[in-house]
Amino acid sequence: MSTDVSKDLISISIDGREVKARPGELLIAAAEEAGIFIPRFCYHPRLPQVGMCRMCLVEVSGPRGFSLQPSCYVPVSDGMDVITDSEKVKKAQDGVLEFLLINHPLDCPVCDKGGECPLQDQTLAYGPGESRFAEEKRHFEKPIAISELVFLDRERCIQCDRCTRFADVVAGDALIEFIGRGDNTQVNVFPERPFSSYFSGNTVQICPVGALTAAPYRFKSRPWDLAQVESSCITCSMGCRIMVQSSQNQVIRYIGLDSDQVNHGWLCDKGRFGHESLSSPDRVTAPLIRKGDSYVETSWANAISIISSKISGIKEKIGSDRIGFIIGSKLTNEDIYAWVKLAKGVIGTDSVDSQLGDGISADVISRLNRATINDAVTSKVVLSFTGDIKEEIPVLYLRLREAVKNGNTKVITIATHSSSLDGISEIQVFPSLDQLRPLAQQITADSSYFPEVSSLIKSSGVSADGEGLVVLLGRENLAWDQTVVEAFALELARVAPKAKFLVTLHGSNFSGGVDLGAVPRFLPGRSSLSDPSAGLRQKWSRFPSHNGKSVKEMFKSALKGEMDLLFLIGSDPRTDFVDTTLSNTALDEIGFVVSVDTFMSESSSRADLVLPAAAFAEKYGTITNLEERIMTVNQKVTPPGLCRPDWEIACEIALEIGSDLGFSSPEEILGEISNISSLHWGLSFDRLSRLSALDGVVIPLTSTPLTLKKKPMFDQISTPGIASVWNQGLASSKTSFIDSSASISDESDSPTESKVPTAISVEPIWPLPPIPGTSEMPLVYCRRLYSQGQLLKNSPHLSRLAVEPRCRISSETARAIGVAVGESVRLTDKAGGAGVFEVEIDDGIREGWVEMVKGMSSSQSFSPIRVDETMNYVKLERV
Amino acid sequence: MSFFTSENLERAQVLLGLYPEKRSALMPLCHLAQAQQGYLTKEAMEEIAKLLEIEPAEVFGTVSFYDMFHTEEVGKYLVSVCTNVACLLRGGLELLEHASDKLEVPVGGTTEDGLFTLEEVECVAHCDKAPCAQVNYRFFGPLGNDSFDQLVEDLRNDQLTDSVPPHGTLSRVFREAPSLVENEVIIAERVAMDQARQERQAAKDSNGGDSK
Repeated sequence: MSTDVSKDLISISIDGREVKARPGELLIAAAEEAGIFIPRFCYHPRLPQVGMCRMCLVEVSGPRGFSLQPSCYVPVSDGMDVITDSEKVKKAQDGVLEFLLINHPLDCPVCDKGGECPLQDQTLAYGPGESRFAEEKRHFEKPIAISELVFLDRERCIQCDRCTRFADVVAGDALIEFIGRGDNTQVNVFPERPFSSYFSGNTVQICPVGALTAAPYRFKSRPWDLAQVESSCITCSMGCRIMVQSSQNQVIRYIGLDSDQVNHGWLCDKGRFGHESLSSPDRVTAPLIRKGDSYVETSWANAISIISSKISGIKEKIGSDRIGFIIGSKLTNEDIYAWVKLAKGVIGTDSVDSQLGDGISADVISRLNRATINDAVTSKVVLSFTGDIKEEIPVLYLRLREAVKNGNTKVITIATHSSSLDGISEIQVFPSLDQLRPLAQQITADSSYFPEVSSLIKSSGVSADGEGLVVLLGRENLAWDQTVVEAFALELARVAPKAKFLVTLHGSNFSGGVDLGAVPRFLPGRSSLSDPSAGLRQKWSRFPSHNGKSVKEMFKSALKGEMDLLFLIGSDPRTDFVDTTLSNTALDEIGFVVSVDTFMSESSSRADLVLPAAAFAEKYGTITNLEERIMTVNQKVTPPGLCRPDWEIACEIALEIGSDLGFSSPEEILGEISNISSLHWGLSFDRLSRLSALDGVVIPLTSTPLTLKKKPMFDQISTPGIASVWNQGLASSKTSFIDSSASISDESDSPTESKVPTAISVEPIWPLPPIPGTSEMPLVYCRRLYSQGQLLKNSPHLSRLAVEPRCRISSETARAIGVAVGESVRLTDKAGGAGVFEVEIDDGIREGWVEMVKGMSSSQSFSPIRVDETMNYVKLERV
Repeated sequence: MSFFTSENLERAQVLLGLYPEKRSALMPLCHLAQAQQGYLTKEAMEEIAKLLEIEPAEVFGTVSFYDMFHTEEVGKYLVSVCTNVACLLRGGLELLEHASDKLEVPVGGTTEDGLFTLEEVECVAHCDKAPCAQVNYRFFGPLGNDSFDQLVEDLRNDQLTDSVPPHGTLSRVFREAPSLVENEVIIAERVAMDQARQERQAAKDSNGGDSK
């Protein structure tokens, strides 16, 4: 979506040069776009301007001649005359810097920011060589920990208001504030209330001095020793653009890059500091084979030949059906394709799945009209039926929050439990299971069930066929089976065919899994198993003869002794499968389990053979984010020990069983994908490295011509020393989004047939099953950002934030049962498994409901979720 | 457990109702809390934040900005001696020194019995009675050493309770909040006023349009 704006531009004069600018644009931004850099500290293009630091003073002509004005606070007007390099301006900037340095300790030699410090750089460029301030500087205890992750040195602070503005305006966690007045002003927290925001790391990145430092990076490196490469974060399905920085073959830091379509420069703390796990001592660095209760190291050749003989043996004797693959969500598209080709195209089993009972079936996803993130934040109404996105996809929450605060969209949430979305939504509805269908059916009509929902949707200008409505579709409550969500989505898509869906599942590359056939009954490119595409027929020698099993079905077969070989590819179902009791008992029954993983997880530490895989930043490839945007992930360090990228391992196994997958690099794999899948038509690393596509491209590519805009550089201050600042996002106005990345107008070739493959048909599950009796309590099972898992466990700083597995109930419920905070209760699941948990009281939880956080220890026999239950209930008793 | 007494909680609710944005009631609520306790405790600020649906840090930021909000314990009587120009010329500094000796506390300190806190202030606009002092923001002056001693004695003996309430009390008169005027009513009134003005202008233009 782009319009020709050149005719609306106004003309101003900067240093005698005529410059075009957008009406209402700030002078500092217009000058920057024209290549004139005005020094600044407080100005940040993604934050409201405050004019705090006075560094950006320039001469602006007015009725009384030229006067000094802060260019970050003056919007351009037609015919404006500006001087940025006069003696008067220089004297003003010199004076401002002398003032800013009055209380600054100048401890640059021991400061982490030294070498990438805007105060240091701009003092050198614009400031005085010496200070006339002979008095005592102010002193504070330094540094103080304002959270587990962030340290504050108040002596270094220049009170630019960047961190406090970010915390308040962007993150909505105003936990840090200016305290005091005048020369006693300091940034601080309220006593005993730490800056425990999910987004605290961003304040460290945007701090223009060394006042805020991140605990994981403190004294680890000097900026000039860092080497870097652009990449995309794979902590969740958002795919935020990042710069991966390393020193001595160790990943040291991530810096958020600004992508106008994706993350606006922000990262969540889990993504930002999760790099610590890459250098965890728990990494698997050599192939390991089980000998009794322990492992012994073995060679790759030996490990591959063991696997090969297992595969061949099973194939010959019983058939390839008894071989399964569970694929994790952190693999690249190339890795996924290689494993899928090995499983389906070489071994011939269709039992490949990438969802651990916490997803939405590929059949449903591929039938939905997909929305981009920008579609969602500019839609008339966002209907959310997803898990708490602040916990699951934090940066998407920031984007949505910004849109709501700016009045660009409205949010309606459908939920079984309260979440952080409540704070930004207009209406929250808590439907029962049987109310979901009428809710979907009457979403744009006059609903008698939830009249306020349909009336808001109507009054906001959503048409009867759903135009203007974007649905955030995820797993709101893992205790409700995925068929509930699927049935709701299909019903809604039927009633409102123009409504768009943003699938907000948590797993980072879930889209890649769906698109590349890492799900049963599908082949890469969302081809159906029964009808492979022409390209696939050409490239693949064989196809599975019949439909395979999902993870759930594989585990059930395992219990019956019908699974002989299971590959766990970067997947830990012993912890991550929703029904941990089923996954643990089933995995114990499987003849031979091969785990290809980066860590010794619960699952890999009980596998028969463990292969060491290269982790993020140790390999390169592409990922597909939740809006079907293909983005690159790049390699920065060499993998430790004998770790190898997944696609290489798949190729080796194929070779050993006498088949060549036909590629020897991620480039060749992506080339093959773009050949066999019309969905991925036109993709190549070459195209993804073009200026217009650095933030990735949304597939399928279209040949709609778009006006290409030059991308001006973004906030230099918070992306220090990054040579490629030119390729960061556009500091666009708050309401219009120009998606230049999808443009291929410079291409002469266009897709011969850009038809997106149609999906296999699915039938909704209506009518929903009846709700059981009242002796049991309905359960909410949801994710938290700091739910326990491999990433958290292996990141020393993040692990301190891990959420304890507790049973959360409202105070009413607690009173009814007779328990108090800190006491314990016994939860009994449907199958009779029981566990004892500490009680936490939260009145955000509905009366009579029980809430549990996912990612608890799997050692207990209790699993809150039982597969095959549409709705999970638990029994709650006092211990 | 609420910080505010039930009576003050009711007042807080009235104050909240006065503003279209809840956080606008921040300063009045801080004064209310100070009236109850004499200074703002951590619990008070947390409770105010809860009432306003903002973070305690934001309350703390505002409280710490203003000198008239105290975050540390203040005596029943806050004695503020002016040392600005007019008072200085008339012996303000000497008065401050004497006050410090008399109360046996340094400037900024509180007496052991918790009755007096002494502070030095800038001009409080009582220059015609220089050198002056305030006790809980009530004016006294001109003050000499003897009259200051007398003032302290009177305060100690509760003889000035009519004119000097305990610290934190801004006013002992609480007025009922006026009933809220609906936005629609205000908008309608404005529209009517605009219309009337346009009509008057139109009448003027048609009568004397050529007088320009």
